Amino acid sequence: MTDRVGASGDRVGSVGGLPPRRLVDDFVPPLILEGEHSLCPGCGEPVAMRSLVETVDELGLTDRTIAVFGIGCYTAFSGNLDLEALQALHGRAPSLATGVKRTRPDTMVVTVQGDGDMVNEGLAEVLHAAARAEAITCVLLNNGVFGETGGHMTATTVLGQRTKNTLDGRDAARHGYPILIADLIASLEGAAFVARGAVSSAGEVARSRRMLRRALEVQAAGTGFTFVEILTMCPTGWFVEAAEAPAYLQGRLAEVHRLGVLKDGASGADGAPVAARDGAR
Amino acid sequence: MSRRLVEGAEAIAGAMVAAGCRFFAGYPMTPFTEVLEHMARLLPPVGGTCMNAESELEAVGMAWGAAATGTRAATGSVGQGLSLMQESLSEICHARLPLVVLNMARGQGDYHQATRGGGHGDYRHIVLAPADVPEAVELVQRAFWLADVWRNPVLVVGDYYLAHVQEAVDETPIDLPPPPAKPWALDGSTGGSGAAKIVSPLGTAKRGDPSFVEYGQHLEGIGERLAVMEAGVEPLVETIGIDDADLVVVAYGTPGRYLRYVVDELRREGLGVGLVRPVTLWPFPTGVVAAAAERARAVAVYELNTGQMLDDVRLAVLGRRPVRFIGGLSFDSSGFGIAPDLDAERLADRVRRALDETVRTGVPA
Amino acid sequence: MVLTRGTVVIDVEACKGCDLCLDACKPGVLVMTGATNRRGYHYPELRAGCTACRACAQICPDFVFQVWKFDEPVELDPGPVPSARSTGGDG
Repeated sequence: MTDRVGASGDRVGSVGGLPPRRLVDDFVPPLILEGEHSLCPGCGEPVAMRSLVETVDELGLTDRTIAVFGIGCYTAFSGNLDLEALQALHGRAPSLATGVKRTRPDTMVVTVQGDGDMVNEGLAEVLHAAARAEAITCVLLNNGVFGETGGHMTATTVLGQRTKNTLDGRDAARHGYPILIADLIASLEGAAFVARGAVSSAGEVARSRRMLRRALEVQAAGTGFTFVEILTMCPTGWFVEAAEAPAYLQGRLAEVHRLGVLKDGASGADGAPVAARDGAR
Repeated sequence: MSRRLVEGAEAIAGAMVAAGCRFFAGYPMTPFTEVLEHMARLLPPVGGTCMNAESELEAVGMAWGAAATGTRAATGSVGQGLSLMQESLSEICHARLPLVVLNMARGQGDYHQATRGGGHGDYRHIVLAPADVPEAVELVQRAFWLADVWRNPVLVVGDYYLAHVQEAVDETPIDLPPPPAKPWALDGSTGGSGAAKIVSPLGTAKRGDPSFVEYGQHLEGIGERLAVMEAGVEPLVETIGIDDADLVVVAYGTPGRYLRYVVDELRREGLGVGLVRPVTLWPFPTGVVAAAAERARAVAVYELNTGQMLDDVRLAVLGRRPVRFIGGLSFDSSGFGIAPDLDAERLADRVRRALDETVRTGVPA
Repeated sequence: MVLTRGTVVIDVEACKGCDLCLDACKPGVLVMTGATNRRGYHYPELRAGCTACRACAQICPDFVFQVWKFDEPVELDPGPVPSARSTGGDG
């Protein structure tokens, strides 16, 4: 693993046959301790993690943030970030995050959870945290499978999606329908900002970063619960080549879990979030 | 010393706040509900937070998060609610967090849950069992201190009587050493320092930290810490007449309070009975029970269940003396743990018969 | 000659050959080689024409890219940029 050269903005002169230049990206982002991980080739979760920590850094929140992790492949990052971390159980991050934020209201509290964690095991927790307008940001890394245990159906798996225990594709008659969790949360009055992005292309990554930024800004304003869902590639769970996974994501998952900002409510007179449908934008 | 007539639930809530508890989360369930009500009333004026959690699972999760920030935090329920919390309670032990947990139990059927744990893996809670409201007020305050010192949950086991009986209580906070510092507590500030903190049941350090160990080794370390905690926590116990008793009765909690009275009365009649009343159910006062059994001819265990503390008494006695079970399930129609058998006459009768049995079977002195 | 605004250094041993960078690169100057690293994964090489847009770094799950922006754009010979590869690999 090549060592980092130095801080962003560092310069070198003419060297290696190339002109003077300045450093823009230095392999591993500073807030990630070790770049090496055992997540699969083409996994979207490290991409999302990078977006999250770089956004925290850009907003100057590094020494005020506590990240509460669920259990999934991404759990590898709870011990690998230069941010304070609290490791929760499968599905339980929102309640822990609530306890943290209520006792440390000046911190920025972010959960990092997968779809199995948040929408299966922890559905009650995230809905209640949203309804209570907890001033936390829940980040969902949604790949439509339980990745860590081998790629099984979750509550967000789309119809027709092949998983380890729906090898013929998810079938409504046998397995019911996916839960569109961001849409569900957007319907709750306590939710102030709800958005769904993806990491399937550089453009989508850029859009997701803007969503994360907006969510953290809204948390800082204290006007309610914020939620950013990020669709991530899981070539292993989807039975596709890593290079095909972005297209699979766009063509299958994003057709059901639609990308975009679902809710960006302005605050009312008493600081409570106002539902976007009232026309307040 | 000024005392006030106060209901147990209110006294316990007051004691928690006096001990510095500033976060409580709970879900209503009889006979725990009033504790939640009182905490909701008492915490906001002192800058604390009381959450009406949407489930017992969320209650323990919220308390976990609060404890991780170094706040003195507590939750509670009834045995059934604690059943829901078990995964979190065992993982909170692995994460080395202080937490006070109340079980206002329906009867005494939760002894195994409290001392053996209904959760997974190797862990123990320190378990305290008050017999009356004044003792509960003291033990609740002690619980927060023990939790902080050992970085482990402490369970306080009560029941319907403890929650709803009114007693004269001195509410002056008890004298305890100041709480230890909590350098591990999270507040965001070490982010970006290269040494950002982590609180996790999977391990206490991040990658690259010299003290980092893999999950498996972290689990192994738990065994060592349990042994240190077991040796370091002094078992609390009350004894009556164990120097000259033929029959030693063992009982805890509200039944322990009744049997304290019954044993005193029977001793006044000249009968050779004594009492061992464990106050810490974990660590169990094994040494005291063993010594008392050694000096007596037999042991009788009374508890409102089908025999749970009985196991720990048998382990302490190790077959050296006969151990009789004189307890049993006793519920009124509500099922909330009001026991018709908790009656001085009935209990005295059981103890008398156990003593007669001991003498009649000629168990050697 | 190809107008080039920046360059990257590719940590070939960290690469897991997922190909995401190839599509992410708007100028299309990342090309997968037949070479493999110690773990057996193919890794990309950089051709002239990089714009230092950082899309590769943003999309890469394994933090393989170090991105540099030139003070002034230069014209480079078309073809691989040799200094873009970190030590390692068998190519």
